[in-house]
Amino acid sequence: MKLLIKNGHVVDPADKIDGIADILIEGGRISKVGAGLDTKAETIIDAGGKIVMPGIVDMHVHLREPGREDKETVFSGTKAAAKGGITSVLCMPNTLPSLDSIEIIAALKEIIRKTANIDVFICGAITTGRLGRELTNAGAFKKEGITAISDDGASVDSDSLMSKAFEKAKKEKLLIICHSEDKALSLKGVANLGFTSTRLGLRGISNESEYKRVARDIKLAEEKGAAVHIAHVSSRESVEIIRKAKKKGISVTSETAPHYFALSEEDLLDYNTNMKVNPPLRARGDILAIIEGLKDGTIDAIASDHAPHTENEKEIEFEHAEFGSTGLETELAVSITELVCKGILGWSGLAEKMSFNPAKILGIDKGSLGIGKDADMIIISPDKEWIVKKECLVSKSKNSAFLGRKLKGAVEYTIHKGKVIYKA
Amino acid sequence: MSLKQVFTKEEIERAVTRISHEIIENNKGVKGLVIIGIRTRGYVLAERIAKVINNLYGTKLDVGALDITFYRDDLSAISEQPVIHNTEIDFDIENKNIVLVDDVLYTGRTIRCALDAIMDFGRPRTIQLAVLIDRGHRELPIRADYVGKNIPTSQKELVQVKMQEMDNEDGVTIEETEDDKKENS
Amino acid sequence: MTKKKTAKWTHKDLLGLEYLSKEDIELLLDTAESFREILDRKIKKVPALRGKTVVNLFYEPSTRTRVSFEVAAKRLSADVINIAVESSSVRKGETLNDTGKNIEALKADIIVVRHNCSGAATMLARNVNISVINAGDGWHEHPTQALLDMFTLRKKAGRLEGMNVSIVGDIAHSRVARSNIWGLTKFGAKVTVCAPKILIPPGIEKMGVKVTDNIDEALSDSDAVNVLRMQFERDDIRAFPSQLEYFKNFGITEERLKKARQGIIVMHPGPINRGVEISSEVADGRNSVILEQVTNGIAVRMAVLFWVSQVKDKDIKNEIAY
Repeated sequence: MKLLIKNGHVVDPADKIDGIADILIEGGRISKVGAGLDTKAETIIDAGGKIVMPGIVDMHVHLREPGREDKETVFSGTKAAAKGGITSVLCMPNTLPSLDSIEIIAALKEIIRKTANIDVFICGAITTGRLGRELTNAGAFKKEGITAISDDGASVDSDSLMSKAFEKAKKEKLLIICHSEDKALSLKGVANLGFTSTRLGLRGISNESEYKRVARDIKLAEEKGAAVHIAHVSSRESVEIIRKAKKKGISVTSETAPHYFALSEEDLLDYNTNMKVNPPLRARGDILAIIEGLKDGTIDAIASDHAPHTENEKEIEFEHAEFGSTGLETELAVSITELVCKGILGWSGLAEKMSFNPAKILGIDKGSLGIGKDADMIIISPDKEWIVKKECLVSKSKNSAFLGRKLKGAVEYTIHKGKVIYKA
Repeated sequence: MSLKQVFTKEEIERAVTRISHEIIENNKGVKGLVIIGIRTRGYVLAERIAKVINNLYGTKLDVGALDITFYRDDLSAISEQPVIHNTEIDFDIENKNIVLVDDVLYTGRTIRCALDAIMDFGRPRTIQLAVLIDRGHRELPIRADYVGKNIPTSQKELVQVKMQEMDNEDGVTIEETEDDKKENS
Repeated sequence: MTKKKTAKWTHKDLLGLEYLSKEDIELLLDTAESFREILDRKIKKVPALRGKTVVNLFYEPSTRTRVSFEVAAKRLSADVINIAVESSSVRKGETLNDTGKNIEALKADIIVVRHNCSGAATMLARNVNISVINAGDGWHEHPTQALLDMFTLRKKAGRLEGMNVSIVGDIAHSRVARSNIWGLTKFGAKVTVCAPKILIPPGIEKMGVKVTDNIDEALSDSDAVNVLRMQFERDDIRAFPSQLEYFKNFGITEERLKKARQGIIVMHPGPINRGVEISSEVADGRNSVILEQVTNGIAVRMAVLFWVSQVKDKDIKNEIAY
């Protein structure tokens, strides 16, 4: 079965392609890329006027299965991902129970095999139950094909335990993804500490609770010579710390989520719980620093931190509502609207942040449109405008921080291993 | 929209004087007499009546102002938001003969509100009603004891009273409009 | 001739003074004058809200504010229902939104809500079509308290513009402070907040206030001082002064007032902690308007209930747009 995509503006940073070209797909893989391909194919898609990019590799997604299937499942989450132009996700281990043992990971792999619509890579936990007390069996994880571990949602408070974790990770060649937060400093905070939290009468979460832990995590990784990836960077100080570390040659990478460059604490003024996230939406200065970090490469990747929650957990008092916003169906359009349209990144830069770099960081063979690679790609209408509405969201949960917002850029086709898994 | 003058400045002055005399005659003097005018032009008239009586008898009658907004029964029906003025009745009305004064008597609802309001202040001996214009179309069993002029009108007409103290001129005009004018009751 | 109040009121709810314009607040204060006069009559009642039902939904125990709203509603001839919910930081049973919807289904007209979570009144107002009045939500706002404070001040001093007002106490956790700051600054009053440093919230200067931790400095320039209640039962305060220490450094005493302006007006939202934030002599002395505040509170709440009940669908301005 041949699939030919004609006349699209192909963007593939891995192979340095950024121009009009055709792509021929055969047997689920890319077989030819070039301008004016003269081939017969069973299916032809005319991508004239559209952008063709590698499928997005979202390295920070909460699929909630096992345990909270009421919020999301592997099936519903990957369906939402397909709609959003994502063809590979890394699912986080804060499930019930946590992904901290071989048995649970094996069970999840079965669920993925049976129900996933795209590729789902598993992120194991650093400590049992993510409680920060004892390390999991990282070596065994590696054998199961796991490439990264994290206690996301929590941070390992004990320096000595975290240090041991880096040591083990280095040995097993696993990447540690850090949710850098000192809970002793963020305490019961629910919004960015500053004028907005004062105005709203809410307990604040300081920048300090993030950047101090970022500095610690990088220091411990450096001491052990291990690689470290900082998740959902939100504050200006964190960006600066990562920048300096990279200059020093330390093996650190980082990601941010679209809400950290598209929204600020001021957007919270009406107690919209869909904007209650951890780390919180920050001040203007932090947003500018994040954007600068994306521009100069300090921040390597954009990942949604897709955090679905039920209405019962969100449509309540701000202080009691769960943290998190969904992101799979909006991350591409938000990134196009805020970065590409505003000239911060070009299409190639966007593809780097959303596909090429995440795949590289995770050490998986994705994010590229090279010959012989898996045919995972998306066709985008770059100028199509749409408004984010609850009714249009495919995810089980509708807690999007972008509800009601007008965005530019829509996915027309999502192709996974040569199959069209989503058509607008 | 035609404008018709039905009461001139001089006619108003004569009417006020006549009403003042009628009040004295009816009450056999000024004992226990107080005047309460309904905001806003009713109060202006009340002061004028009091002035005439005071000049004749050398008295200093108590004059009060009543705002009936909080007693209206039509607040949910009117399209404009109510304008609230202050009520100032700083004398006791117990056992007094109150002359309630308003500029135009129409459906009678305003007077009904005023009666309720006055009763909340105490128990007067009598309440009498003096109006400058009675334009008919009563919806409640209310009648005036003293009337400046009876002017039959249709419900489409708007009666405009102007008083020197507020509008820089005295006079009453009738204007013909498209809609029923029930808000000036 | 008395002044006419011709402003138009378009708010279905009263959630905070942050959301009101100066004209809105002026309308409320002027209307409160009319209602204040009614409280001196023999029959202290007007039929303005006859047939309407006001529900007091209090999640935090409060006798003063609740009774004040109850009296205000009854003086307007409304029917009043009191619901005192057992307060709890873990929601048991019905959610606030569900309770609100049920009250709406009972065909009540106004909900007066007090809750320990900031933003609770805002959330409730978004979820019901009937009017919601915020009687205090967490640390966020307590608009009727600030309105009665401003009413009392305006009555006593004759104006609000240019008045120097100090607010003393736990500013960080005070909804009374926030509402007063919003209201007073809109009228061009000069506001100073005074508290130990740990009780000054970040960025408060951006609300247009002066900040100091020196009580004598604050008082020396003030025409009025609003003394906030000091709470010592806190779970998350570190290095907090003791009661004695607080009284020594921030307590409003006769001694301190001598160094302040002649005739400085002393206010307190109540209930007062004698000997903690204010001395008995001052609380009962000639500078104090504390009891007047209580009476004025009824008139102000009557004004709020009145105007909120006047809003028709076509007038409604959407406070919250999402």
